[in-house]
Amino acid sequence: MRPSPACLLNILVPVKRAVDYAVKIRVNPQQTGVDLNVKHSMNPFDEIAVEEAVRIREKLKDEVKSIKAVTIGPPKSVDTLRTALAMGADSAIHVEIPESAPSPEPLGVAKTLRAIIDKNKEIDLVILGKQAIDDDAGQTGQMLAGLLGWSQATFASKVDIDVVNKVATVLREIDGGSEQLKCRLPLIITTDLRLNEPRYASLPNIMKAKKKPIEKLKPTDLGVDLTPILETLKVTEPPKRVGGSKVGSVDELVAKLKDAGFTGV
Amino acid sequence: MMLSSLASRRISPRRLTRNLLQWRATHSRAPLNAVSEQDLAHFTTILEPSSILSTLPPMALPATELDPFNQDWMGKYRGNASTVLKPKTTQQVSEIVKCCSEKRIGIVPQGGNTGLVGGSVPIKDEVVISLANMTQVRSFDPISGILIADAGCILQSLTDYITPHHHIMPLDLGAKGSCQIGGNVATNAGGLRLLRYGSLHGSVLGLEVVLPDGTILDQLTALRKDNTGYDLKQLFIGAEGTLGIITGVSILTPPAPQASNNVILALPHFDNVLPLYQVVKRELSEILSAFEFIDRTAYELAVKHGQGRALSDEDIEGASCFVLVETSGGRREHDEEKLNTLLENLMEGSLINTGVLSQSPAQFSSLWALREGVTEAVSKEGKAYKYDISVPLHTFKECVDATREHLRSKGLLQEGAVRHVLGYGHVGDGNLHLNVVADAYTQEIQDALEPFIYELVQSHRGSVSAEHGIGAMKTHALHYSKSDVSIAWMKKIKELFDPRGIMNPGKVLE
Repeated sequence: MRPSPACLLNILVPVKRAVDYAVKIRVNPQQTGVDLNVKHSMNPFDEIAVEEAVRIREKLKDEVKSIKAVTIGPPKSVDTLRTALAMGADSAIHVEIPESAPSPEPLGVAKTLRAIIDKNKEIDLVILGKQAIDDDAGQTGQMLAGLLGWSQATFASKVDIDVVNKVATVLREIDGGSEQLKCRLPLIITTDLRLNEPRYASLPNIMKAKKKPIEKLKPTDLGVDLTPILETLKVTEPPKRVGGSKVGSVDELVAKLKDAGFTGV
Repeated sequence: MMLSSLASRRISPRRLTRNLLQWRATHSRAPLNAVSEQDLAHFTTILEPSSILSTLPPMALPATELDPFNQDWMGKYRGNASTVLKPKTTQQVSEIVKCCSEKRIGIVPQGGNTGLVGGSVPIKDEVVISLANMTQVRSFDPISGILIADAGCILQSLTDYITPHHHIMPLDLGAKGSCQIGGNVATNAGGLRLLRYGSLHGSVLGLEVVLPDGTILDQLTALRKDNTGYDLKQLFIGAEGTLGIITGVSILTPPAPQASNNVILALPHFDNVLPLYQVVKRELSEILSAFEFIDRTAYELAVKHGQGRALSDEDIEGASCFVLVETSGGRREHDEEKLNTLLENLMEGSLINTGVLSQSPAQFSSLWALREGVTEAVSKEGKAYKYDISVPLHTFKECVDATREHLRSKGLLQEGAVRHVLGYGHVGDGNLHLNVVADAYTQEIQDALEPFIYELVQSHRGSVSAEHGIGAMKTHALHYSKSDVSIAWMKKIKELFDPRGIMNPGKVLE
């Protein structure tokens, strides 16, 4: 499944409409999930992914042929695509699922993306957020790479693409610091926080975005079944933080520490 | 003596009255007393030990412990209070004030101490009565939106309290994380939402005040309408603590908007601000909730000090000033449609270069931070001289430029003296915050700025203090915006409420 040999980059940026990170979330009464009747916006790591695609184009100019955004979600998700278009994507795909359908799982998303890439054979770079802030799964990028047999560079904090030689140098965030990878295209990259700071959508771009095409598809069009294979048993809040108390003197502090079982070293 | 010498010279009647009043004011009252050790001992019978801070024995704290109470937020005004009291109940406030009244001890009521005119710190060694320990919300009715709270409640905490009930506070200002509602009311704070929700004179329904003799005036009401006699609370709103100490506030909170949006527009010339305001008012009509202006210098300072994320270089190219427009409404789609139509029209016209529209709550906050953060950025950049004036909209730029030129002509616009002269503010309310950032507070700069700026404002028949109040900073400048008759009657009212002159002496009135 190799892309055509033309020396031009075609970038796919999957984005997800998630609960906005500033919202104070509450577990729903049934304890099956979180109250979703709150503000949503584009997953922050996906914003970074769109921003990176746009910056790659700003750097490589005509070497980047297209930037396509894609989302899998209910009708409201189209707003997320408009934001991506306003930031600089050329076109978008909306894989629409019903409002009442459960949120797609990472494997389902990866399979859908694979189907899209199989249809759009020229895509040779996929940039995704490292994880979505609602489920924190952090699996989609890696699963997609596995399904396609492509190289992957995850938790990227710096990306340099050499289109002519079809090679990318990616700096990854790892526990010990950073790791530099040299990867052959086609490539999956997942973004980490320090990769860039997403731009505001400027008015001229917002106006232009309204005219950019959004292709509507259904999962069945792509031959993908998004039925969940995981079952959430229970969602609960973490135990509430109990207040501390003030002590009046050092002696009192020492006495309280002893009571709590702390011994001198 | 004084009177006869005045009569013998040929002076205009106005000047005669003013001189007479000044003489009377400075000579009619006995000087105030400082807090003594006996007074401190007496306070300990009213308050818990944790509610008292004092440099006097037996507590004998180092003076630096009282710095946060003796010094204002800008570091411009400094007092010498020996004692700070932090009562927890209105009854305690009443007993302390009674004691101070009997002993003729000056009182400075203090809230969050975020005021910008030196009104919340002592001038000499008055006792500071801080409301910081009175933080109870007394009641909230989610149907009417009427909130009754202690004066020491921080504005942000009140916002957090009523948010789950889908209500918002009728005022919002940059100091929201520190300012207290009692102080807001005492200074008739304006802020970013005044355009939409009006002033505190309208949204405050009732007050509980401790009068200068210790009497508790309880007019805390949860009634939207109550026309029974003179509306005394209006005197305390904006009196800056000179007629009594506000201990409880009853305030009407509006329903929270279902949808909020904001956009920053980059304008090529200041002259476009007014026509832009007209267009925006017309097309957004009821959903317009804020229209704020920041000039280029203010924007760059805010970005420099990391107050919010900057716009891209191409967006700000050629922009001489920026306008932040906020909409708040009941229905997202309806608001967005109005906003999009407006923005499309503006892009086709020549009033704006470009703009950025927030795409998420995070960006919404970030755009606001660019405007709200200017105050803090200015303080970080240097020592700020702040002039909060109301002048006709079309003279905003003229006032900033005239001040800059004046300083330049005095050779003060350079390293070591004044570094920036900038303007930002609530265009929608005709309120400009003229800021002069200097490397140090010096008498030379002070003399160059005053009375120049006050005279400039007077020439436009404006207000020398649109929302910041008079405090200690502008007591001498009151006459630029109020007639002698007005000032005379203000002094009569002060005399009536506070014959001993103990309540926030030296503030508002000379």
